[in-house]
Amino acid sequence: MTTYSYFPGCSLKGSGRAYEESLLPVLRALDVELEELDDWNCCGATAYMAVDEVRACVIASRNLALAEKLSHKELLAPCNACYLVLNKTQHYMKESPSVQGAIQKALKAGGLTCKGTQPVRHPLDVIVNTIGLDAIRKRVRRPLTGLKVAPYYGCQIVRPYATFDDQYNPTTMDRLLEALGCTVVPFPLKTRCCGGSLTGTLPEPGLHCSYLILKEALRRQADVIATVCPLCQFNLDSYHDKIAGKWGAVRIPTVYMTQLMGLAFNMNERELGLYRGFIPMKPLPASKPAE
Amino acid sequence: MKLKKRIIQYEAERVVGFADEIRNVPGCEELRSCIQCGTCSGVCPLSTYMDYSPRQIIGMVQSGFKDKALRSHTIWLCASCYSCAVECPRKIRITDIMYELKQRAIQERIYPRRFPIPILAQEFNKMAQTHGRVTENVLAAIMFLKSTWWTAFGMWRLGLGLMRRGRFPLHLESIKRKDELNRMLKTLDKVTIDMLHDERGKGEPARGGGR
Amino acid sequence: MDNRDSQEIRIGFYICHCGSNIAAMVDCPAVAKAIGKLAGVVLTRDYKYMCSDPGQELIRKDIAEFKLNRVVVASCSPLLHEKTFRGAVEAGGLNPFYFHMVNIREHDAWVHTDKAEATEKACALSRAAIRRVAKHKALEVKRVSVHPDVLVVGGGIAGIHAAMTIANAGRKVYLVEREPSIGGHMAKFDKTFPTLDCAACILTPKMSEAGSHPNITLMTYSEVAKMDGYVGNYTVTIKRKPRYIKEDVCTGCQECIANCVYKEPKFRDEFNEGLGKRKPVYIPFPQATPQVVAIDSRTCLNFKGGVLTDMCKKSCVAACGEKQAIDFTQQEILQEVKVGAIIIATGFQPFDAARIPQYGYGRYPNVYTALEIERLVNASGPTSGHVIMRDGTEPKSIGIIHCVGSRDQKTNRWCSKVCCMYSLKLAHLLKEHTGAEIYNFYIDMRTPGKGYEEFYDKLLEEGVHFIRGRVGEVTDWAASPEEEGKLVVRVEDTLAGYVRRIPFDMVVLATGLEPKSDAQDVRRLFNMSCGSEGFFLERHPKLAPVSTFSDGIYIAGCCQGPRDIPDTVAQAGAAAAEVLVLVDKGYIEQEPNTAFILDEECCGCKSCIPLCPYTAITFDATRKKAVINEALCKGCGTCVAACPSGSIVQNLFEDDEIFSEIEGVLAHD
Ligand SMILES: Cc1cc2nc3c(=O)[nH]c(=O)nc-3n(C[C@H](O)[C@H](O)[C@H](O)COP(=O)(O)OP(=O)(O)OC[C@H]3O[C@@H](n4cnc5c(N)ncnc54)[C@H](O)[C@@H]3O)c2cc1C
Ligand code: SF4
Ligand code: SF4
Repeated sequence: MTTYSYFPGCSLKGSGRAYEESLLPVLRALDVELEELDDWNCCGATAYMAVDEVRACVIASRNLALAEKLSHKELLAPCNACYLVLNKTQHYMKESPSVQGAIQKALKAGGLTCKGTQPVRHPLDVIVNTIGLDAIRKRVRRPLTGLKVAPYYGCQIVRPYATFDDQYNPTTMDRLLEALGCTVVPFPLKTRCCGGSLTGTLPEPGLHCSYLILKEALRRQADVIATVCPLCQFNLDSYHDKIAGKWGAVRIPTVYMTQLMGLAFNMNERELGLYRGFIPMKPLPASKPAE
Repeated sequence: MKLKKRIIQYEAERVVGFADEIRNVPGCEELRSCIQCGTCSGVCPLSTYMDYSPRQIIGMVQSGFKDKALRSHTIWLCASCYSCAVECPRKIRITDIMYELKQRAIQERIYPRRFPIPILAQEFNKMAQTHGRVTENVLAAIMFLKSTWWTAFGMWRLGLGLMRRGRFPLHLESIKRKDELNRMLKTLDKVTIDMLHDERGKGEPARGGGR
Repeated sequence: MDNRDSQEIRIGFYICHCGSNIAAMVDCPAVAKAIGKLAGVVLTRDYKYMCSDPGQELIRKDIAEFKLNRVVVASCSPLLHEKTFRGAVEAGGLNPFYFHMVNIREHDAWVHTDKAEATEKACALSRAAIRRVAKHKALEVKRVSVHPDVLVVGGGIAGIHAAMTIANAGRKVYLVEREPSIGGHMAKFDKTFPTLDCAACILTPKMSEAGSHPNITLMTYSEVAKMDGYVGNYTVTIKRKPRYIKEDVCTGCQECIANCVYKEPKFRDEFNEGLGKRKPVYIPFPQATPQVVAIDSRTCLNFKGGVLTDMCKKSCVAACGEKQAIDFTQQEILQEVKVGAIIIATGFQPFDAARIPQYGYGRYPNVYTALEIERLVNASGPTSGHVIMRDGTEPKSIGIIHCVGSRDQKTNRWCSKVCCMYSLKLAHLLKEHTGAEIYNFYIDMRTPGKGYEEFYDKLLEEGVHFIRGRVGEVTDWAASPEEEGKLVVRVEDTLAGYVRRIPFDMVVLATGLEPKSDAQDVRRLFNMSCGSEGFFLERHPKLAPVSTFSDGIYIAGCCQGPRDIPDTVAQAGAAAAEVLVLVDKGYIEQEPNTAFILDEECCGCKSCIPLCPYTAITFDATRKKAVINEALCKGCGTCVAACPSGSIVQNLFEDDEIFSEIEGVLAHD
């Protein structure tokens, strides 16, 4: 049994609830526990970096400090944006003496300390590279044979820092999905931007980004898109009406990788939060449990 | 026929030293080495909708056309996907430069009125600061009320759908030890002011952002 | 003139303005005045250009007139003019080593911003030289004879041209080439820019001439394993890989190939960039020199894992018949040759296009490298010159992407110099072969060279499209119906100001030139240096472009940096000329800064022996003393510093010379 510190981020408590609902039981099934940071705050996500980047780093550093208080070696951040902001803050702490200075003074005022060296990891990385595909294969009860999945990684998990996979053609999730028995369709848009927060602010360009991804997934005959980020999932899942109105219908479900894992582990669909998606997944082709 | 655009720019329209100011911001140091190859625009997923391509923005900053750069839609269309930054053959962190430009536009209040993005950015900041967390739907509501409130009507279906799926929390998320965070941010403000004084005192160009 | 060491010391001191290079930062008259007050200084002068003829004349005359017996010049780096001034001193009748030079340009004027401080530093350095030169001794330049034979490593156009030039001058040359045939990259091309003359037509005659020249010993399928010795007298060990064919017996009839048990060619054909197949017994290309086949033990059935098993029925041996040229028992042999000078011409390797995954090489079959296209348009290539893509179709639209792996800080920073031009050439050839619509995507169009801009003009006239923009990505996802099934290039048309998606059938990547992956090994083998990019470093970028920091070792062609064939040939000619200067003179003069051992003090501890980087020290077992071979000693001083009994002395760096120099620097007025 390993335990990681856990920074859920705002989305996992709101629109991305299903991510947490599937992440926790799946990890538990693989003998991994998460301890949520006590009284964590917003990660400092990108949107308000526009207003003040140093401020964003300071806000993020509080979370890093809280994590260092716990006895676990590593911090898990499931949202791509949180994952990047926390990592970026650590980078700035190393690279820029002025940012480091500001952070340390602010932390001191808050009665906190932070070295900024604790690894911040994404669940995808932990699941594939630490837990390992063998352990996953052993845990699969109902292989998702025949399910064609378009793996969608999003931007900030590989850019600007490629921490655990190839920046241009990441394959970690591809390998995970194959271990679950899925058929992975070649998906050149796997790291193309989903539109980020533009989908809400400037729908036309924002949604067009999502539209292109959905359309290409359909063109590649995928049954479902798998994501590792709550914002990506939200964008690809929630705006189908608007997208259809603008450019034509491109209906395809988008789920979290952890939901697919849960299905392959033969967990309860409802408990995995699958009902929360706007476009429901079709019943699995091979619904007969193995063994 | 109405003539819309003029191509000429006079020297008076330049802000001499603007490029250097930007270059002094952490992350933007490489600005000068741009060769105007257009890779950034070539990979940018949003460039299709921009009024100036990322390359042109870099060019404008280089040449000191500050006003034009800050007034562009481009900086607000940047979705922070970092595609450009990882592809630029000169390792220019274009995304960071876009952040810096956004930040300056907000400070100088140069942006289209009721333009939703800067408002989102500011509200996001405010909410994170006062509550420590962000409740997305409340944020969205504020944003729409302040800017393009009429489009909010078009969003009611989405809100309803989210609510039905339990993805629309009705209470405002908040942290417990707000004072801790507040103390941190107040200190930061002081540090920033000191830093500015320091640097001015040394006769160095002021760091951007008025941090 | 008095050339005895123990005379009353009469020093002449000269300080050079070097135009304004030195004078702008150092007050030269003031330095001259200060130095004039020092003991032993008879005369001081400041002059605009000491290296000029009148400047040297000044020294010569002063020696006679003022009976000088020591000279100090404060000017630029000794690397540039030490020889010049020693010559002037010698012309004045003095031993040239009664001279010392002070560098107040690179070490002083150019690196300082405060004139007073720079002037003071110039005084200190000059003072040191004055004290030092008083201790100088008369030394003698030694002559070492030069072996007349020459080694050329690498048989590309550079190596071939250099070898031919030297051979034609009547000298013997060993030409060592790693591959089974000489020819290098040029042998793979169809046409060459800008004249579009056929590469084979101009190269083949040179290749066969080199192959049959009485003064050239061709050693293909071979590599240099070891180099010992010093300028003029190198001993080089050459590793000759077994090709399982007796080279002197094989007539090149190729019956063995026709009769190999493999009826069809089955293995990757390296010469055709993998676009074609070959058999285990093969000749790389029709004009290969020597016209001798080779057997590849990795794929031949008579071997397993490179080890002879004799399990094949060897129909090739039967086909060869009487001649009995095939010899499966051949082993790798090491051959030693003695040469006086060496030219390195190991060329370049093309950038590996898969390192830029966004361009899809290796992922999309219809993305090609430029070198592959060279083979595809070549009449002797795998498709006999028909441009047929990997999917069997002929392209109707082609995009050529420039600067792949050039001018990019994530891969190679430098401009590869030839890609713009060869892209134009390929655009022309592809258009000629297919009639396709052709687009060139460039950052900057670089066509300096005789007839090059005119060639660009011609291509513009031909209707090839040029888009200024570095391509963002090549993908196969379709955003609109016309993109279905195509490769889509996404690029900013920076001149028109649009971001564009352009669908193509075929994409060609103009890969840059980079140092060969084993360049560092070759560098160590021949005691050369590499620049930061990894190309071999020339001694001076302008004035000694084919020399290296190792005397007697020269470089030519793309191993020094990217260049086209005209430049390569010119450089190869230059390297050959340098070599001929050396071997025709027959001897070299050796700087007498060598170390020697004070026999009576050497305790025979042998500490120095393993330290000498030039293996110049041996041990005389009978006398129990170390001995330094003067011809091998390069004067690095390592042994001098290491000797525990202080019994090694180095000419020009004797203890009292150095100590008085230090005292001079530290002495204040
Ligand atoms: C696609 C392409 C098209 C081009 N088209 C043109 C053109 O049209 N016109 C033009 O002027 N230029 C052209 N060039 C440039 C041209 O290829 C070079 O200028 C030329 O080949 C340089 O010759 P070289 O002898 O220095 O090197 P190479 O041709 O690389 O020859 C080096 C030789 O040394 C051998 N070698 C390497 N290492 C060792 C070793 N350790 N021991 C023994 N042997 C070794 C190699 O096997 C090779 O035979 C083109 C280049 C490319 C990539
Ligand atoms: S990719 Fe980099 S070098 Fe090229 S135009 Fe953009 S910023 Fe300039
Ligand atoms: S980071 Fe911004 S400018 Fe750069 S590619 Fe992404 S959206 Fe475009």
